[in-house]
Amino acid sequence: MAVTSRGVARVVPLAPAVVLLALFMLGPVVWSFYGSFTNAALTGPAALSPEWIGFDNYAALVGDPDFPKSLWLTVVFVFLSAVVGQNVMGILLAGLLRSAVKPVRSIASTVVVAAWVLPEIVAAFAAYAFFHSEGTLNTLLGGIGITGPDWLYSTPMLAVILANIWRGTAFSMMVYSAALAEVPPELTEAAQLDGANGLQRLTWVTLPVIRRSISTNLMLTTLQTLSVFTLIYVMTGGGPGTDSSTLPILAYQEAFKFAQVGYGTAIATVMIIVGGIFSVIYIRALRPEVD
Amino acid sequence: MRTARFLIAPVAAAALALSLGACGSGGGGSDASTIKVAYQKFGNFTQADELFKDVKADYEKANPDITVELVPIEAQQNDYFTKLALMNRSPSTAPDVMYEDTYMIKSDVEAGYLAPLDDYLAEWDEWDQFVDSAKEAGAGDDGKTYGVSMGTDTRGLWFNKDVLAKAGLPEDWAPKSWDELLEAARAIKESDPDVVPFNMYSGKPQGEAAVMQGFEMLLYGTGDTLYEDGKWVLGSQGFVDSLDFITTVFTEGLAPTPQQALDTNIGNTVQAEWLPEGKVGIALDGSWVAGNWLESGVAPWPEWSEKMGTAPMPTQDGAAPGAVSMSGGWTLAMGSGSKNPDAAFEFISMALDRENSLWFDVANSQIAVRTDVAEDPEYTKTNPTTEFFTGLVDVTNFRPATSDYPKVSNEIMVAMEAVMTGQQTPEEAAAAYDEAVIGIVGEENTVQG
Repeated sequence: MAVTSRGVARVVPLAPAVVLLALFMLGPVVWSFYGSFTNAALTGPAALSPEWIGFDNYAALVGDPDFPKSLWLTVVFVFLSAVVGQNVMGILLAGLLRSAVKPVRSIASTVVVAAWVLPEIVAAFAAYAFFHSEGTLNTLLGGIGITGPDWLYSTPMLAVILANIWRGTAFSMMVYSAALAEVPPELTEAAQLDGANGLQRLTWVTLPVIRRSISTNLMLTTLQTLSVFTLIYVMTGGGPGTDSSTLPILAYQEAFKFAQVGYGTAIATVMIIVGGIFSVIYIRALRPEVD
Repeated sequence: MRTARFLIAPVAAAALALSLGACGSGGGGSDASTIKVAYQKFGNFTQADELFKDVKADYEKANPDITVELVPIEAQQNDYFTKLALMNRSPSTAPDVMYEDTYMIKSDVEAGYLAPLDDYLAEWDEWDQFVDSAKEAGAGDDGKTYGVSMGTDTRGLWFNKDVLAKAGLPEDWAPKSWDELLEAARAIKESDPDVVPFNMYSGKPQGEAAVMQGFEMLLYGTGDTLYEDGKWVLGSQGFVDSLDFITTVFTEGLAPTPQQALDTNIGNTVQAEWLPEGKVGIALDGSWVAGNWLESGVAPWPEWSEKMGTAPMPTQDGAAPGAVSMSGGWTLAMGSGSKNPDAAFEFISMALDRENSLWFDVANSQIAVRTDVAEDPEYTKTNPTTEFFTGLVDVTNFRPATSDYPKVSNEIMVAMEAVMTGQQTPEEAAAAYDEAVIGIVGEENTVQG
C-alpha cells in the first residue's frame, strides 16, 4: 500500500504539466497528423466538410518541385546556422570569455545576449534593417567604397543564416559557459603537465567532459532552428520566388496564403519527422556512457 | 532523460501562459444585441473604415438596443481573406456582416460562411436600383444572392503627363499594342533612368492585385482566356506570351526592380508617392486609384486631374476591340452564423443606401452600381476620370465565376513570381501552372488552348 500511495504522491504534482502538455503539444501534433490526410481548406466545399483523402497530400508533396527544394533549404539552414554557426560560435565565445578580463567579459556577453533577449519579431526587423539594400551593412560598406549587393534578394539564404547565427549564439554560449565552468581544473592541469597543448586539451579533455552539454545543446538549437518562421518571413518572406522558403514558410504559405490547410499540415508533419530524425541521431551519436 | 525533463518545464510554463491568455480573451462571441462588422483597412484604403464608422453611429442612434462592433483587419488583400476565413470558422469570432470580394463569394458560399439574402432583398425597395451585373456578381453557384455590391471597377493605364512629355510622348498618348506600350516605356527609361517607366503588380505578395490588374489584363488581350465553357484552358499561347511580357518588363528594367515589386507595400507606394512625384511613368492599375488623391484620400493631390492621363490597356497586337479591361468589385455579405440576421441586413441596407453608396463610390473612385447614384451630378462631376473608366465597361471581362478560381489565381501568382525573378522561363512557368491546375480541378475539367 505504501508503494501505491507513494506512486500517487509522485503523479499528482506532475499531472497538471502532463495534462497541459497533452492539450497544447500532443493535441496539435495529433490534429496536424490527422489533418494531413484530409483535404481541409479555408474556403470552398472542403472548408465545410473536409474529406479523408489518404496519402494524396503526401503524393502531391513528392510531385511538387517546391518541396525537395524547401527540404534542402531547411537542411542547409539548420546545418549552417544551428549545428555549425551557433554551436561553434557559442563554444568559441564561451572559451574566450572565460580567459578574458572582467569588463571585456561583461560587455561582450551583454552584446551577445541582447540579440537573444529581443523578441523574435524585433530581432527579425533589426536583421531586415541591417541586410536591406539601403540598410546598415551596405551603408557601412559604402563608407569604405564598396557597393554591397542586395543581400535579401541576391543571397537570401546567406542573410537569414547569418541573422539566425547572430540571434541564437547567445543560447549556446550560455550553455557552454556553464558546462566549461564544471570541467574539473585538475583534469586540464594534469593534461598540461603531461605536455598537452591548448588544442589537445580541448579535444581530449574538455570536449569529452562536456559532451552531454554538447548533445543537449545541439538538439535544442536544431529543433529551435528547424521551426524558425518569423525571422525568415520578416526578412525575405521566403522569397524571392521560393529561394528562402524553408519548410515552416512553405507550410504557412500553403495553409494560410493558399488556403490548403490539409496540404500545409502534411508539410508540418514532414517537419516533425525531420526533427525526430535529428533528435535520434544526436541521442545515438552522443549517448552518454554510464559514468 | 535529463533532456526530457529539461524540456518539460519551459514548455509547461508556455502552455500555462497560453491557456491563461486564452481565458483572458474569451467570451468575445456575438450575441443578438451585438453585430460584428469585419472589413479591410490597409495602407491607403481607409474609405471602408470611414464609411462603417459613420454607419455605426447612425445605426446605433436608430437602434439603441444594438451595438455595432467594428473589426477592421489591417492586412494585405490575401492575408485579409485568410484572416476572414479563420474568423468565419469559429462561431465566437464569425462576423455578422463582412466586406467580401466578389471573387471569393462562390467559394465562401460552398464553405458555408455566408447566408443567402434573397428573402431580405425581395422586401428591400431599393434593390431594383442595382444594375443586373452587380446583382449577378453577388450570386452563389446555387443562384441565390449572397452579397450586395458596393461598386464595381475597371482597369487601365494611368500615366504622368510630365514624365511622358520628357520622353517626347503626347498628352493624349494611347498605345495600340503591347509593343507600343513597351516602346513608350523604353523611351521613358532613356529620357530619365531614375524613373520607373512602367509599373504592374506581380508576384505572391501582391496577391489577387497581381493576377487581376497584372496578368489577366495581359491574357484577356491575347485572344486567349483562363476558363471557357466550364473548363480551364491550359497550354495556351496567350498564357506564355503574357508571362513573356512580364519577363520583358522586369528583365529590361522597365518595371520596378523585382525586390521593390515584391514588397507588400508597393501598391501604396506607387499610388500615394511615385505617381504624384513623377517617379513612375505609366501604371497599369484600377479605376479607384484617383481616390488616393481626392481631398478625402490619404494623399491629397489637387493637381492630379491635370497631371495624370489615362489610356485603355491595348490588346496584344491591337486586335479588336483594341482595348481590354477587367472588372471586379466588393460586396457586403452576411455571415451564416449571425444570431441577429435582421439587424445584420438592416446594417447592410443602411451602409449601401443611396447616400452612403454615393459617398463610398466617390471617395473610393468606384464605378457606381446603383442607377440613382450613377445619375447623381456629384458622382459624375467629382472625378473627371469616371467617364473614361465607365466607358471601359464595354470591353471589360470578368474573372471565371467558379469556386476554384481563388486556388487557380494562386498558381498564376506563383508563375508570375517565377518569371519576374528569372527562376523559370515563361514556358517552364506555364507548364508548372498547367500541372498545378490539373491538380486542383482534375484533368477532366481542363481543355488544351
